[in-house]
Amino acid sequence: MKNLKGAYTIWYRDVLRFARDRVRMVSALGQPLLYLFVFGTGLAPAMSAQTGGALDFRQFMFPGILAMAVLFTAIFSAVSIVWDREFGFLKEVMVAPVSRTAVALGKVAGGATVAVFQGIIVLILAPVIGVKLGFDQIVMLIGLMLLLAIVMTSFGILIAARQRSMEAFQMMMQFLLMPMFFLSGAFFPLRGVPLWLSWLSRIDPVTYGVDSLRQQVLSRSVPASLMASLALHPLATDVVVMAALAVAFIVPAVWQFGRQE
Amino acid sequence: MQAIQAQKLVRKFGDFVAVDQVEFEVEQGEIFGFLGPNGAGKSTTINMLCTMLRPTAGTALIDGHDVTRDPAGVRQSIGIIFQDASLDDRLSARENLWFHSMLYDVPRDVYERRSAELLQIVDLADKADGIVRTYSGGMKRRLEIARGLLHHPKVLFLDEPTIGLDPQTRRHIWQYLLKLRAQEGVTMFMTTHYMEEAEHCDRIAVIDHGKLVAIDTPSALKARVGGDIITVRTADNAQAAARLETVAGVETRPGPEGQLILETKSGDRFIPQMMELLARGTPAIAVETISVSRPTLEDVFIKLTGHAIRGAEAESQMRTMMKMWRGAGTRR
Repeated sequence: MKNLKGAYTIWYRDVLRFARDRVRMVSALGQPLLYLFVFGTGLAPAMSAQTGGALDFRQFMFPGILAMAVLFTAIFSAVSIVWDREFGFLKEVMVAPVSRTAVALGKVAGGATVAVFQGIIVLILAPVIGVKLGFDQIVMLIGLMLLLAIVMTSFGILIAARQRSMEAFQMMMQFLLMPMFFLSGAFFPLRGVPLWLSWLSRIDPVTYGVDSLRQQVLSRSVPASLMASLALHPLATDVVVMAALAVAFIVPAVWQFGRQE
Repeated sequence: MQAIQAQKLVRKFGDFVAVDQVEFEVEQGEIFGFLGPNGAGKSTTINMLCTMLRPTAGTALIDGHDVTRDPAGVRQSIGIIFQDASLDDRLSARENLWFHSMLYDVPRDVYERRSAELLQIVDLADKADGIVRTYSGGMKRRLEIARGLLHHPKVLFLDEPTIGLDPQTRRHIWQYLLKLRAQEGVTMFMTTHYMEEAEHCDRIAVIDHGKLVAIDTPSALKARVGGDIITVRTADNAQAAARLETVAGVETRPGPEGQLILETKSGDRFIPQMMELLARGTPAIAVETISVSRPTLEDVFIKLTGHAIRGAEAESQMRTMMKMWRGAGTRR
């Protein structure tokens, strides 16, 4: 009970800080918009020609942009651990009579919640680029974003747990984050790519997020034959893989976080 | 049961021994001070007692809980006021207190009452809804002290509690700490390198280079220096010095402004004797000014360790060691 209260407190703090930080909310929206409208509009004709006009490139990219918003926000939340360590607040949490497991899980919940909020903000843009979504699709998308958010926040915490300097963490994230994003199939279909690229994308957690989100977003607007050529894995496989990855990251993240110096 | 029992605590950072076989006991309700220069191992000791740092060897019992085997039990019974800021500066003072009450499972009504009372005491009641980032250093410190007391800890750890505070606030905080001890019997363990602050303690442990040099009450420690210091100015210093040495057997040395300085066991008794000695002899020597001073803890420290409490030099050395060790830890 006490640990539940502790985890709730940690979660609430992340949400409160996010809600208060309007600048962060808006700037986190900036990057997806840039990709969607500048990059997307620029490449749209090429993509359109390839699919015989059945698919708008921006619509193809949209799930990738959703994943991007979730991914970056989740990692940013994990960064706050390093931040809190540098500014001291982590000490207040670490000496509290709340188990470190509860703290770490509260942190995962907080980061994931905030990431999903950010994803929902991007989701509101869907009608602007002509993506029509039913209520059931929106519910599914939020569920999938939550799953991806949990995977990525746990991954971030796993890395942040032992990191002491902001600079080192940022370097590490630059090193991992951009490749993870590019390999995920957010910008281009992963069908017919060279074998090495296909394998790299398979070990990239974000791939499963993008793939599942894409299947949901496009399920009503593109013909089944086209969908079949875009989807990488069955939806169930994506979900199972993400759930497995979430566990695979959370367990060592909690362990790393709980270790005493 | 003692509030704190440290049993041969050792902490190494690589090859550097920060705390070396430190052993002491603190009674319940006692104010116990750790006095030493920066880098002497004070913070390392406090971090081990607070379960923030694992001892390399040895252990400690806090309110009966073992820091290595039952850190959760220790954390529930202690409150900590850190040397460096540990507030969430994006939140308001009230929110910081509320988070603390949640983490320590303080019931809502106790939190309401206690936080209002504490905010009053640390003089932040009218600014409680301001974001901490906009606070001055002293305000942040006061808020941290209020927060550390919020959950009625049995043992309160204070790592340099009034560092960087103005004298008025410092007095205020000490008044409150003493009142708290009287009302609730809170045991306090504090580190400091301020001598005036150490005077408030019931007992003081003097630490230097990671080793305990002495543990005693402030007055007993000062008695170790050998006595009081008398500074006297007479009409004829040379003759006075000669007479004091031959008749009373007291050695004198010249002071910086033409006075005579002498050390004696108890100055208050010696002054009348000295006055008489100087007035009665021939010729009578007129005494112009006289003052007696007790030895300070600074004198004690110099006596015990052979050097004065050093400044920032040792601290930066220590920080460098810690950083190196931590860097190595991250790579591993």
